[in-house]
Amino acid sequence: MNTEWLPLVFAALMGLAILAYVVLDGYDLGVGMLMAGAERAEQDLMVASIGPFWDANETWLVLGIGLLLVAFPAAHGVVLGALYLPVAAMLVGLMLRGVAFELRIKAEGWHRELWNWLFWAGSTLASFAQGLMLGRYITGFAPGFGYWLFAVVVGASLCGGYVLLGATWLILRTEGALQQKAIAWARWGLMWVALGVALVSLATPLTSDTVRHKWFDFPQVFYLMLLPAATLAAGGWLWISLGKSDWKPFAGAVAIYVLAFGGLAYSLFPYVVLDRLTLWQAAAHPSALKFLLAGAAIVLPFILGYTVYVYRLFRGKTKAGVYDH
Amino acid sequence: MEEALLLARVQFGLNIAFHILFPSITIGLAWVLVYFRLRYEATRDAAWLETYRLWVKVFALSFAMGVVTGVTMSFQFGTNWPGYMNKVGNIAGPLLAYEVLTAFFLEGTFLGVMLFGMNRVPGWMHVASAAIVAFGTTVSAFWILALNSWMHTPAGYTIENGALIAGSWWEVIFNPSFPFRFVHMLLASGITAAFLVAGLSAWRLLKAPDDASARGTLRFGAQLAAVLVPLQILAGDQHGLNTLEHQPAKIAAMEALWQTQKGAPLVLFAVPDDDRQTNRFAVELPRGAALILRHSIDGELKGIDAFKDHPPVAPLFFAFRVMVGTGVLMLLLSWGSLFFMKDPPRWLLWAFAGFTFSGWIAVLAGWLTTEIGRQPWLVTGILRTADAVGEAGGATLGASLTAYIGTYTVLLIAYMVTLTHMARK
Ligand code: HDD
Ligand code: HEM
Ligand code: HEM
Repeated sequence: MNTEWLPLVFAALMGLAILAYVVLDGYDLGVGMLMAGAERAEQDLMVASIGPFWDANETWLVLGIGLLLVAFPAAHGVVLGALYLPVAAMLVGLMLRGVAFELRIKAEGWHRELWNWLFWAGSTLASFAQGLMLGRYITGFAPGFGYWLFAVVVGASLCGGYVLLGATWLILRTEGALQQKAIAWARWGLMWVALGVALVSLATPLTSDTVRHKWFDFPQVFYLMLLPAATLAAGGWLWISLGKSDWKPFAGAVAIYVLAFGGLAYSLFPYVVLDRLTLWQAAAHPSALKFLLAGAAIVLPFILGYTVYVYRLFRGKTKAGVYDH
Repeated sequence: MEEALLLARVQFGLNIAFHILFPSITIGLAWVLVYFRLRYEATRDAAWLETYRLWVKVFALSFAMGVVTGVTMSFQFGTNWPGYMNKVGNIAGPLLAYEVLTAFFLEGTFLGVMLFGMNRVPGWMHVASAAIVAFGTTVSAFWILALNSWMHTPAGYTIENGALIAGSWWEVIFNPSFPFRFVHMLLASGITAAFLVAGLSAWRLLKAPDDASARGTLRFGAQLAAVLVPLQILAGDQHGLNTLEHQPAKIAAMEALWQTQKGAPLVLFAVPDDDRQTNRFAVELPRGAALILRHSIDGELKGIDAFKDHPPVAPLFFAFRVMVGTGVLMLLLSWGSLFFMKDPPRWLLWAFAGFTFSGWIAVLAGWLTTEIGRQPWLVTGILRTADAVGEAGGATLGASLTAYIGTYTVLLIAYMVTLTHMARK
């Protein structure tokens, strides 16, 4: 039987898992970074707004990495080997952030302040490290100072991007003074995102002939330009709905991520490691992929179902004191 | 290369040893919480609700520690052991992915309902959420232990172009050592949770002797341990017999048996000497090992001399004795305490307080026995540990290892201080 399609299916699943992670844990991490600019009572409310979700959100990362490991083992070694140190930094950040959730409510006095600070520091470290990883990945891990500098800029931009997600999440989930603050934060985040998206869009074609040809050869350049145009439109829509709607800003931020992710996927396809490894070269044995696909087809609908259930259960504005454990 | 191998092993061993501390609490404690919660549903007695509320805090903290250290584990596999994934990835990968799909999402999502949803969902749904979380932790242990057991006793595979692929997934999952390891680990987690509950309750009683709810949970923990520990000893015996069949070199090292012999003694204590292939300062029980492992006083047991590849003797010998020793002390304490439960004297409270984290000692000793006992193999007979190591250099590994050690030290101290602090409030 022809099994050429299997790696494609898994690439799509992996891409969706990573996109889900970036959007979902992105708003968590963004809220974590914004802790620095909030008052005591606001901080409690902010953490409460993500409390029921963060664990499941982080699981999408485990799934994304798991799928890379399972479906494209050859790429997994190359990618995570090249990113060893940023990965370690991200993990340390995620650890501090995750336990600070619990410890900051149980601690008292200066301990509490310390865990609040670690919550912020962990979120920031993890976000920055993820941006660094992205920056290294899209340039195919090219060596040299310039490429590292580029990765650092992407790292900072992703922090801004997560701040945008976190701020729009807070617009959705809070009211009053905190919501007003969140609107200002969102403006600021959006500018960073504009910078980041522009940088990545310029840099990838400049550094890779493959990517340049995919985007700028005739005639596809004409309809491909719809993608940046749509991203721009989503950003504009977000900007003007700030202060007017509770849910539109968050939807706009998610749209930007989906579009940017789509562009990235188009640039890289069919490579998992740019110019080095294609999906098919890196794929695992069909017997492993089929066994997994059978299970995933059954289980994924359930996962989506109960995820929707939980988001519906905890919908509406977050209130202080909901934290009932 | 040598240095990288050593650092990779240290890093992996440290990470997973730190991770397993928390699952070994949460798997058991999750079911204990279901029980507390059900008792409240059945009796509507506010005391049960209070008990549930107190222990769910302990659970939430332990669970968070388990999650963040587990996320780290999921990156360690590929980064530290790329040779492992090249050789057996077609088998290990799907098992790990099934764990994510069937267990982690379930736990992670319903944990939210369990911790924050009490006022939002009907009582039965809240009980169900707690039960789903508990079920999720058990399913997660199922998959990861299937994989780990398969590495000890591989089955159900064929070889294609030098890499392994599954012939029968059923045989891969239900490989010969899996049922024993799964049962032994679930019991271990139940015991760890039982002593944690009893221990923290004892801390409370030392501070406030009239606390009725702490008395209740002390009794509950002690009784649970009294039931589970004997079962564990039974399961451990069976586990050992299974290992004798499939990994005889491991047993020879655990028992510090250098020469093949009939009617071998049980070495109670000794200092195994690798160079001279003998034990020093040995205290032995004549024919004991033959009796336990062969159920006959002159049964024959293979010694280290019978195996070309064998694990290091001393660490196995000691780790195994630490586990069994802890198990025996747990048996004495849990059974002995049953006579005093009406009005527990202070020395007993101190004893339980001292045993709060005793489960950790036995669990770590047990895992060290199992894992070091597999050496020099990573997958018995198929892949050597030395052939699986990655290309990350010594400096990279050293830097990340330092970061992990620092983070873990902080987290472990914070965790233990917070728990004892909560218990004394
Ligand atoms: C016997 C039990 C057991 C063992 C041996 C392991 N784990 Fe584990 N793991 C669990 C039992 C568990 C658990 C009970 O399911 C969790 C959930 C919360 C907790 O405290 O532990 C957990 C959490 C957990 C998570 C976070 C899940 C989430 O987001 O909810 C990951 C990614 C892993 N583990 C991965 C691993 C890997 C790669 C291991 C082996 C190398 C491993 N675990 C060994
Ligand atoms: C959960 C409790 C566990 C503990 C405490 C533990 C402990 C250890 C230790 C100490 C080592 C190093 C042994 C040595 O180098 O001499 C090791 C190695 C290893 N273990 Fe485990 N382990 C556990 C579970 C698992 C599981 C569930 C898996 C896989 C499914 C696993 C896979 C490995 C691998 C890949 C190595 C590295 C190669 C090696 O050194 O043998 N371990 N483990
Ligand atoms: C007292 C009698 C006990 C006996 C005879 C016993 C026996 C064993 C044996 C033979 C192994 C090695 C399995 C292998 O060959 O790989 C083992 C492993 C282990 N033991 Fe025990 N055990 C006992 C008590 C305990 C207790 C009280 C705990 C924890 C509370 C515990 C936790 C573990 C764990 C976590 C492992 C590693 C995982 C596994 O292989 O199942 N054991 N035990």
